[in-house]
Amino acid sequence: MAILIIAEHDDRTLKSATLNAVTAAAQIGAELHLLVAGRDCRAAAGQAARIPGLAKVLLADDASLAQQLAEKVSPLVVELAKDYSHIVAPATTSGKNLLPRVAALLGVAQLSEVIGVESTDTFRRPIYAGNAIATVQSLDSVKVLTVRGSAFEPAPAEGGGTPIESIHFAGDAGDSARFVGEQVAVSERPELSSARIVVSGGRGLGSGESFALLERLADKLGAAVGASRAAVDAGFVPNDRQVGQTGKIVAPDLYIAVGISGAIQHLAGMKESKVIVAINKDEEAPIFQVADYGLVADLFEAIPELERKL
Amino acid sequence: MKILVTVKRVIDYNVKVRVKPDHSDVDLANVKMAMNPFCEIAVEEAVRLKEAGLATEILAVSVGPKACQEQIRTALALGADRGIHIETEDFPESLEVARLLAKVVEAERPELIITGKQSIDSDNNQTGQMLAALLDLPQGTFASALKLADGRVEVTREIDGGLQTLSLSLPAVVTTDLRLNEPRYASLPNIMKAKKKPLEVRTPAELGVQPRAHTRLLKVEAPAERKGGIKVASIDELVEKLKNEAKVI
Ligand SMILES: Cc1cc2nc3c(=O)[nH]c(=O)nc-3n(C[C@H](O)[C@H](O)[C@H](O)COP(=O)(O)OP(=O)(O)OC[C@H]3O[C@@H](n4cnc5c(N)ncnc54)[C@H](O)[C@@H]3O)c2cc1C
Ligand SMILES: Nc1ncnc2c1ncn2[C@@H]1O[C@H](COP(=O)(O)O)[C@@H](O)[C@H]1O
Repeated sequence: MAILIIAEHDDRTLKSATLNAVTAAAQIGAELHLLVAGRDCRAAAGQAARIPGLAKVLLADDASLAQQLAEKVSPLVVELAKDYSHIVAPATTSGKNLLPRVAALLGVAQLSEVIGVESTDTFRRPIYAGNAIATVQSLDSVKVLTVRGSAFEPAPAEGGGTPIESIHFAGDAGDSARFVGEQVAVSERPELSSARIVVSGGRGLGSGESFALLERLADKLGAAVGASRAAVDAGFVPNDRQVGQTGKIVAPDLYIAVGISGAIQHLAGMKESKVIVAINKDEEAPIFQVADYGLVADLFEAIPELERKL
Repeated sequence: MKILVTVKRVIDYNVKVRVKPDHSDVDLANVKMAMNPFCEIAVEEAVRLKEAGLATEILAVSVGPKACQEQIRTALALGADRGIHIETEDFPESLEVARLLAKVVEAERPELIITGKQSIDSDNNQTGQMLAALLDLPQGTFASALKLADGRVEVTREIDGGLQTLSLSLPAVVTTDLRLNEPRYASLPNIMKAKKKPLEVRTPAELGVQPRAHTRLLKVEAPAERKGGIKVASIDELVEKLKNEAKVI
């Protein structure tokens, strides 16, 4: 049987997390179908069709699927599920919102944040903030998985010419869940989850204004800006910047942690980075235990100097 | 309005867990246990709604071994009125927890159900969504704000791109994110009072649910350790290393 991948998109554009999910699904090994569900989402489906290696792109375009509310999308996925051995979605907030609902309606478990494919029914996933890696065999007939983007290389975005198959879906128009609004952060910088370099700040920054120091450094490096929970809680930066066990998981080529102590919950989100730099004035800070290059310094002197010398 | 909150007993978030030498699981012997931090946030939110006069009763439910009653008592000390412990030998998988909770919801008819977004042991992030699905209820996951108005609940959600607001009809399931509130500590008098609050123990059989296994845990390993790096003495040295040794800039 084939594998159904749920695309991450905003109707107009396909999100890069989809490409990592395609790689994970390809490792399971079967025909790959990608579902683009939304309203006026033909443009996203068109982009999906250019991903090489897919057998089919399924396009479900219906007013009821606007904003892809889990209440509305889950019945569609459940309807399709009978033809599939696996249902795979990126472990993004939308995947995490939708897929457990699908699994429960199917009466099966969901394996969250898969980082490794051992066989068609056996997968590796982190537990306890990444302090242990579990190898888990699914006993269910349909395997429902969310996959961690940072653990799978993105599939190529171009080169394919997959046929798009429109599926008729007349969704329920009920308003038990109603979309009210969205505040989406717009940034010129690369996306945190897929950036090659990430500069993150913690409580040590002391204020939102001080983050401007990091932003200037990030711009010089072409980097994304991340943060610890403490920096988000204190209101220095918005929630979408949080890196960690319960925020975003990143694994860039270079991660620069500034004024971050290195709590296990933060490490869970960045310790797979290729090279880690820590700048902290406390030489005992646990972040230095995972840093390839540690600098004990006051960030307010070190960061401007680093920016100048790059 | 009655609110049902779920509380899970997990390892204390400050503890770094170790894997057992035989790789069968993690070692929880003599490890400090606590209420899952996201459940503390769920309890706090319910208590605030009650203090604001918007809720009348708070029911705290936990599924698992007998020791879970400690976490129910904590919820009672924080302001919950009543507890239900669904006693199982081990911790069932999320779908089975959701099936058990669904039975309690059907019997108790709360108008709002607040769960944590994620257990810090399994890191599953699914039970609330599953419960909502089984009961055909709307869901507001990863909530950073919650407002009751006109028989609905408005939930602000932390999503990857920023924030999203949904309006849900009641009853609804809300799962908590870190910014929803800052939980209080239980005071000593309230801890004493909690001992006298009702705590009912139920079995899965009484609820008509037979928890099943959907997965088999084959192996648990420690993650690859990062080998310790070096300390650099200056920004010049750092830049030189990043350029010539690590070759990342
Ligand atoms: C359920 C739960 C989930 C969590 N999830 C996450 C998560 O996803 N991500 C996350 O990050 N955290 C998470 N946390 C929080 C985590 O436990 C820590 O509290 C948090 O990571 C600390 O942030 P911090 O390192 O910025 O702050 P602190 O621990 O306060 O560290 C600040 C650091 O800045 C340094 N510093 C101060 N001034 C300067 C200066 N002038 N120059 C240089 N260095 C300076 C200090 O020496 C210190 O090391 C979670 C916690 C819980 C309970
Ligand atoms: N055994 C349990 N008992 C009570 N609540 C639970 C249990 N398991 C999960 N939950 C609730 O569901 C939330 C999410 O858990 P999980 O899906 O396991 O990550 C937790 O924060 C709890 O509120």
